[in-house]
Amino acid sequence: MLKYTIRRLLLMIPTLFFVALITFALAKAAPGSPFDKNPDKPPKQEIVDRWVKFYGLDKPVHEQFIMYMGNVLHLDFGTSIRRQRAVTEILAQGFPVTAQLGIQALILALAVALPLGVISALKQNTMVDYGSLFFATVGTTIPSFVMAIFFIYIFALGLHLFPITGWGTPQHMVMPTVILALGAAAFLARITRASMLEAIRQDYVRTARSKGLREQVVIVGHVLKNAMIPVATVVGPAAAALITGSFIIETFFSVPGIGREYILSITALDYPVIMATTLLYAFFIVVANLSVDLVYGMLDPRIKVAK
Amino acid sequence: MATASTTQERAAELNVITRKQRSLWGDALYRLMRNKAAVVGLIVIAGAFLIAIFAPALAPYSPIEIPKNPASQMEPLWTGSKYTDPRYILGTDFLGRDIISRLIFASRISMVVGFVPTFIVFGLGVTVGMTAGFFGGWLDQLLMRFTDIIYAFPDFLFLLIIVASFRASPFGKLLDGLMLIFVAIAIVGWVGVARLTRGQVLSLKEREFVEAARSVGATPARIMFKHLFPNALAPLIVTAAFAVPSAILNEATLSFLGVGIIPPTPSWGQMINEGFPLFAANPWAVLLPAICISVVMLAFTFVGDGLRDALDPRMKT
Repeated sequence: MLKYTIRRLLLMIPTLFFVALITFALAKAAPGSPFDKNPDKPPKQEIVDRWVKFYGLDKPVHEQFIMYMGNVLHLDFGTSIRRQRAVTEILAQGFPVTAQLGIQALILALAVALPLGVISALKQNTMVDYGSLFFATVGTTIPSFVMAIFFIYIFALGLHLFPITGWGTPQHMVMPTVILALGAAAFLARITRASMLEAIRQDYVRTARSKGLREQVVIVGHVLKNAMIPVATVVGPAAAALITGSFIIETFFSVPGIGREYILSITALDYPVIMATTLLYAFFIVVANLSVDLVYGMLDPRIKVAK
Repeated sequence: MATASTTQERAAELNVITRKQRSLWGDALYRLMRNKAAVVGLIVIAGAFLIAIFAPALAPYSPIEIPKNPASQMEPLWTGSKYTDPRYILGTDFLGRDIISRLIFASRISMVVGFVPTFIVFGLGVTVGMTAGFFGGWLDQLLMRFTDIIYAFPDFLFLLIIVASFRASPFGKLLDGLMLIFVAIAIVGWVGVARLTRGQVLSLKEREFVEAARSVGATPARIMFKHLFPNALAPLIVTAAFAVPSAILNEATLSFLGVGIIPPTPSWGQMINEGFPLFAANPWAVLLPAICISVVMLAFTFVGDGLRDALDPRMKT
């Protein structure tokens, strides 16, 4: 297990390296320059030259990449072209917001999805079940920004319950959190239900019942325990989906997190921010996937880690 | 044939009612047609296709041209507000363009963007996946390492970087930006299909029927196309059925973020992007395209779910 963990940790390095390489190559292949984004007031040529020199953009591309990776090893992600501030500073400011939004959404999603999935499996083919299946289908199908439009129309413009955009007070947080959680909740509820139904039909459940265990003990001790294994493995991808979803939600609701920063820098070709944010996101996803694999091995002794 | 007739004779002897035999695909079609949600989905999709094809005949006004005396920000007639204009059933956008005409023409983008990249993704993904799974070796290793890297990239983020990078290039302007979206979705999507196909092939190629085919001297190409491919087809069809709405969603999201279809060509995501700053003033300019996206997405999901249940009843959840 330890050997496997170390091997997987080491494999993260080439993965992240290639993510950096692909992003760098794409950002460099983009036509246009980050210094011509204000057509009304083009900067003087000498100033542009000085900027180009400052950011090292006059050097050959491969040298730029090597220099960049060297700096990254010292956790120096350069200076944002758009904001004229250190990228680490921008990320340090936006990250707590994004993390808070993401964690709130994940907790909400789990709090809704697990009971819903379990109940609808126990009451299969009843109205409760159909209701939760309908919720799961709609929640996974309707895109978050479309859902956000309906929410704003009903709860902000219609009922005046919440402000439309912004961040800071609890009222501001309700809509972004709920909408971000919705997709994940629907997905997790579906998996929980399927996994419960699978577990209920196992022989060991019949054995547990036939030896006279109370229904509660059967459900909690035998069904639930085994049904949660597949659910645990999809929490990782669900968390990754929350990370990706946060871009759109942050942009939509003007939440000052790194997702919105990322969208703004992508249209401004602000390479340092694009690079750092992509690497950060990729890092989280790799870690999420790794921890899922490790937890899976611990939860389910039947899964033997291949050597 | 002989066995079928003997079965029927035997059934007649025993006085049992025989049922017409159905093939695997016929059976799946029968199950799909019994699924009400899937049938509704199919009807909606067929309707959307017809609207897309006959858009020029159906749309009362040009979706792009700004009228001479624009009556902008009109609301739909049923709202009964004073900001309505009997010429425009669903109202007008911020430039005075007829919303129903724009919605009709935007359906073209969604239908095309749903299917074209899916064909590219599956053509490429299935070919690479089958070859890698069947022959193994360096191609397999390369594919697996490559997928590891792609999996570390959140799909949408990768798509966004590709589209944003090449948007200003001549290629990015082809077909109002549609070409770049096709290619970007294909680049991001084919790896997952290749990996799925590879897994299918790996599990199938150890089965007895493949061994039997090999032992009677079938060539690798014959085994791949006549034995492995048809057996791997069902999960691939289901994946393809879900790839279509996911491509539609990707276009809508990119256009909503302002890096998708190049204006003034209308797409539903584009219309939301343009209408959103004035959402409070004229909500229907945003709500209507949002409803269109929702209906089409739900229709494709119903069909996808129906196909999954029909092709593999064991997978039914």
